[in-house]
Amino acid sequence: MTASAAVLGEAARLGAAFEAAGAARVETDILQPADILLDLYGEDIRGRAFVTQDPLRGEMMLRPDFTVPVARHHLAGLGGPCAYTYSGTVFRQPPDGVERPAEYIQVGYELIGAPDAVSADADLFARFHVMLAPAALDVATGDISLLTAAIGGLGVTEARRAALLRHLWRPRRFRALLDRFSKQLPPAAPSPSDAPEIGLRSREEVAARLTRLEEERAAPPLSKSEAEMMDALLSLRETSANALSQLRDLAVDMPAIQPAVTRMAARLDALAARNIDAEALPFEASYGRTSMEYYDGFVFGFIAPGRPDLPAVASGGRYDALTRALGGEAPAVGGVIRPGLLVELGLAP
Amino acid sequence: MTLKIGLPSKGRLMDKTFEWFTARGVPMRLAGSGREYRAESDLAGIAPVLLSAGEIPRELAAGRIHLGVTGQDVVRDKVPNWEARVCEIAPLGFGEADLVIAVPMFWADVDTVHDLDAAAAAFRQTHGHRLRIATKYHRLVREFLRAEGVADYRLVDSQGATEGTVRNLTAEAIADITSTGDTLRANHLKPLADGVVLRSQATLFKSRTAGWADAERQSLAALLARLELDE
Repeated sequence: MTASAAVLGEAARLGAAFEAAGAARVETDILQPADILLDLYGEDIRGRAFVTQDPLRGEMMLRPDFTVPVARHHLAGLGGPCAYTYSGTVFRQPPDGVERPAEYIQVGYELIGAPDAVSADADLFARFHVMLAPAALDVATGDISLLTAAIGGLGVTEARRAALLRHLWRPRRFRALLDRFSKQLPPAAPSPSDAPEIGLRSREEVAARLTRLEEERAAPPLSKSEAEMMDALLSLRETSANALSQLRDLAVDMPAIQPAVTRMAARLDALAARNIDAEALPFEASYGRTSMEYYDGFVFGFIAPGRPDLPAVASGGRYDALTRALGGEAPAVGGVIRPGLLVELGLAP
Repeated sequence: MTLKIGLPSKGRLMDKTFEWFTARGVPMRLAGSGREYRAESDLAGIAPVLLSAGEIPRELAAGRIHLGVTGQDVVRDKVPNWEARVCEIAPLGFGEADLVIAVPMFWADVDTVHDLDAAAAAFRQTHGHRLRIATKYHRLVREFLRAEGVADYRLVDSQGATEGTVRNLTAEAIADITSTGDTLRANHLKPLADGVVLRSQATLFKSRTAGWADAERQSLAALLARLELDE
């Protein structure tokens, strides 16, 4: 769908506001190398993005987001803290049966390389909050690092911990894993097969996993109290003030989350210092667990009230792990606004 | 206008389809010498059209034929949002096939989708690339694995002889149609216990997007009455 003059005008207004705040404008190619995106997001992205073929460069994707190319742009540069803004079309297949445009404009703002995560998170969120205030949207916030810290402290084997961390973004498999780890497994592990060895995965790899299965069977199950605390954390949904006090209570028995709770408290203070009613901000511990696989800290969304059928008007979060996966070491937080939705909802000035 | 029915153009599937219609009082047969891709029926207002079974879903979705006989697997894989564009009138009781995920038999540690996921994670660490699953049913397999929450795999395209890809080192596992499992066994592969992506059989489909004027509706009603089916 070609953007209307109203949408382009709104995109220009938002981009100019980010530039006025000191962000450098950055442009990226529409055709992005598919392998990098596939390695980061997994095969699922093929069902959500548009894949095409370049005779020389191989498989390419029509840019499904700006975060990856902008982070790569930063990592290829000289380093040091930078604020970026961009505006352009992204391409995503709407889910089956959902009538949404497959291409739309995103205007984004990314703070990459800023060492103080708490103030960068607060700066970025405050920027979006001020710019979107006239639209009177609902706000959602969360913090993935609370979940990863809680998993880090569970009394499970390292193999089980790795499996939980790997599937944090797939709530159904994550739940299945928690249930599996809470049970005492039957002792019988499968015995090796004498069928012919075919393919790249070797007999040694099979034997190694059989050994791991043996070890896993010997491992004690996840304790009932730990499973319950994990459930309490995953279902936490409160105002930020109440969430913080519940998290402080949880941290007494789950000391592993204490640093993340302290960071959250500091972030709320930093938001209050930027004239935001931080205590009243809705907080959902599981927010951002689906379809935002690269976020690993503070996450947020701005949602049109009473329109659960629409995607978030704006969303963002911290993605330190993404820059690491791209081979760099740069703390990063960013977000996007969809000017097309603001215009569609009649919320653009 | 006549009611166009897409029928599979060769092999057992064609023979079985002709038999199925003929047994229900709607004789269908190849026209002319038998080498000609043309079929005929005695029922007025009906025009059988011979098509490759793989093309029938596309023709149904585009509304170029009114009815068609093909597998549920191909319709679900080839037609996005298929329920909005075609509907199932009747399963025909043949052409049964399951789309299953299969792995080498000697993988004693892998019996379930959960095992496959764990093996894929370890495989990626060891080999530096994602575990490859060869298939021609990309959409169905991807949706199944996403719903199951499997990560660290990639689909590679295989349009035929898929069972041979593991031995040829172009894939580590496969997702393919099987009816008896003989071909899997012969190639030293075993299906996952909970890895049935879809159970499929030959089915009579109706296009929702084809032109349905009074004449076609009447022909359809007459055909379904003869076949003793409801729409």
